[in-house]
Amino acid sequence: MKKFLLTTVAAATLATFATSAFAEDVTITIESWRAEDLSIWQDQIIPVFEKTNPGIKVKFTPTKSTEYNASLNARLDSGTAGDMITCRPFDNALAQYNKGQLASLNGLDGLKNFDDVAKSAWTTDDGKNIFCVPMASVIHGFIYNKDAFKELGIEVPNTREEFFAALDKIKADGSYTPLAMGTNDQWEAATMGYYNIAPNYHKGEEGRLALLAGDAKLTDAEWTAPFAELTKWKAYLGDNFEAQTYGDSQNLFTLGRAAIYPAGSWEISGFNKNADFEMGAFKPPVAKAGDECYISDHTDIALGMNPASKNPEAVKTFLNWVGSADFATLYANASPGFFSLSNHKVTMEDALAADFVSWRSDCKSSIRSSAQILTRGTPNLDTAIWGASVSALKGNKTPEVLGAELQKGLDSWFKPKM
Amino acid sequence: MVALNKKPFRWHIPILLLPAFLIYSTIMVLPLFGTLQLSFFNLENGKVIFVGLQNFYYVLTDEFFSVRFWNALGNNAYFFMIHMLVQNPLGVLIAAMLSSKKIRAVAFYRTAIFIPAILSFVIVGFVWKLILSPLWGIAPDLLDLIGLKSLFTAWLGKEAYALTTISLVSVWQYLGIPMMLIYAALLSIPEEVIEAAECDGITGSSLFFKIKLPLILPSIGIISILTFVGNFNAFDLIYSMQGALAGPDFSTDILGTLLYRTFFGFQLQLGDHYIGSALASVMFFIILVVVTAYLFIVQNRLRRYQF
Repeated sequence: MKKFLLTTVAAATLATFATSAFAEDVTITIESWRAEDLSIWQDQIIPVFEKTNPGIKVKFTPTKSTEYNASLNARLDSGTAGDMITCRPFDNALAQYNKGQLASLNGLDGLKNFDDVAKSAWTTDDGKNIFCVPMASVIHGFIYNKDAFKELGIEVPNTREEFFAALDKIKADGSYTPLAMGTNDQWEAATMGYYNIAPNYHKGEEGRLALLAGDAKLTDAEWTAPFAELTKWKAYLGDNFEAQTYGDSQNLFTLGRAAIYPAGSWEISGFNKNADFEMGAFKPPVAKAGDECYISDHTDIALGMNPASKNPEAVKTFLNWVGSADFATLYANASPGFFSLSNHKVTMEDALAADFVSWRSDCKSSIRSSAQILTRGTPNLDTAIWGASVSALKGNKTPEVLGAELQKGLDSWFKPKM
Repeated sequence: MVALNKKPFRWHIPILLLPAFLIYSTIMVLPLFGTLQLSFFNLENGKVIFVGLQNFYYVLTDEFFSVRFWNALGNNAYFFMIHMLVQNPLGVLIAAMLSSKKIRAVAFYRTAIFIPAILSFVIVGFVWKLILSPLWGIAPDLLDLIGLKSLFTAWLGKEAYALTTISLVSVWQYLGIPMMLIYAALLSIPEEVIEAAECDGITGSSLFFKIKLPLILPSIGIISILTFVGNFNAFDLIYSMQGALAGPDFSTDILGTLLYRTFFGFQLQLGDHYIGSALASVMFFIILVVVTAYLFIVQNRLRRYQF
């Protein structure tokens, strides 16, 4: 018996040595809010990386989008978060960096392939430290049902006048809901409504920077006008849109019951899968034909490193790869609608995604107006804009009142000229 | 001989109590005091410092936060009121009907009414959201069948109706609990009392109001207090139906959802553990004060009948 025990122990010890000698495989995990992308990462992106980098195994472990920040922060605080953190743009990631929960990535080779605008969302205010590798941006616009437009003889609108004329025509015909949008979940009213059309009013970056500098106020005409347009949308939304959820709107459009869907480019892959009619996209209409157009091209997603990671070298290898041309092409085509921020030339295979990305050359890009700095205090401007956009869509409050309320909230903590 | 008379210390009592005591204190009592302690601190320039009652002052008076707080408290009071006006009277009524000997298939009704209470709130919230959906729900179709389609509106999406709708869904879910408790209380009334009343000529509804109701009042009192505690701690149903923002326009925001957003953060808003703890403590105090007041003032005065 004793002998048997000894042999077992010896065998076990040997086995341990053996595994430690051969299994240099390290596993690194990615925290993300893109639960929808699980199969893309598992089947398309990670295998390519693992093939070229033997010995590193990557696991993609997403959380539900609306719970991501809360649960990730809790896991970071308790030290159980993954090796790589998908970064929200601006203050959210900055706060994590300042708390020492994201590592500085200064000097990482892969970062050379991005220009400053792409990196701005993940750089400290003084511009000295960068803490996430930019992955993608999302572009706003409108996706429309091409069959419906053909059936009703509608041209793609370029100006607001044409846009509302088209909506009138769809409404008069009655077989389609003109605009597929609800207010139940609140964020879609702001994200796909307000942030979508606002850049044409406040002239993109120009207006946004003026707001940050304190030269413009949310009560100014160019900031309240988008709310006025949203109020005009009300007549074209479905019956009882107040209880229509985000998922309802998506289904309404992909089932072919609505003509126009105010969209973010992240919808593309889902819509391609679910809609069996041809879709096209048009950018937010401008005031007059020939006006300079502005689009919301929002730096949305990046990847950073958890300083508590046990395998920093493996993480850095992966992050460098995220900055490479290989990854840019792979990711942009695997998840059409998430457009690469790198300087690599990426050819889009998806027609709808190519539509969206083509606006970059026609129009000036801007990011969402509340994203930088303005969401730092309480009340948080982004969440306030959600509520304001819903009120505007329902017609509960006038644009002027909404502007005044937003500015009052902002004034309580944001002091630009100091 | 003297030694034999003295009872030995009964060690099994503390030993048997120990596991429950340990578990209860580590997962209930300690965190409660931890929360209370945290509510007196806040971050200043990256350091945690003692701020006294400042967090409570912020919760109750800040220009923006207190609006949310009082709104949530008001909504919570309304939520509780609907339960008191609909759930408990309905529970008593159904229990009274079930305890009547003229009704058949009592076990079936009892089970059917109680089943929602054991369903997960996620299922309840999701099912009702689907029923009431203007696009795919069956509520508009059902109303159409009886020619009342015009009455249908986006009940969950309009500020004026959303809170009432959710309160009624919650009533639907938990109706079985007061019903069961009252039913048990009604069954425990001795036959002799009822027979004596009938001999004195009290029958029918006056039998219920003059004899049975006074006898079950203590149970109704306990149910009310359970409803109060449950309602002021509620969170799940609203979160599953309307999300953490408790839309539309915070019209269904109650203390639980406000606490969730404050403590854990929401979307781009970061969580604030210190203000969140202060809010949790305020909720605790509200419940504590009301429950204590009830137990000392009301429950003691209710007459108890010994049989």
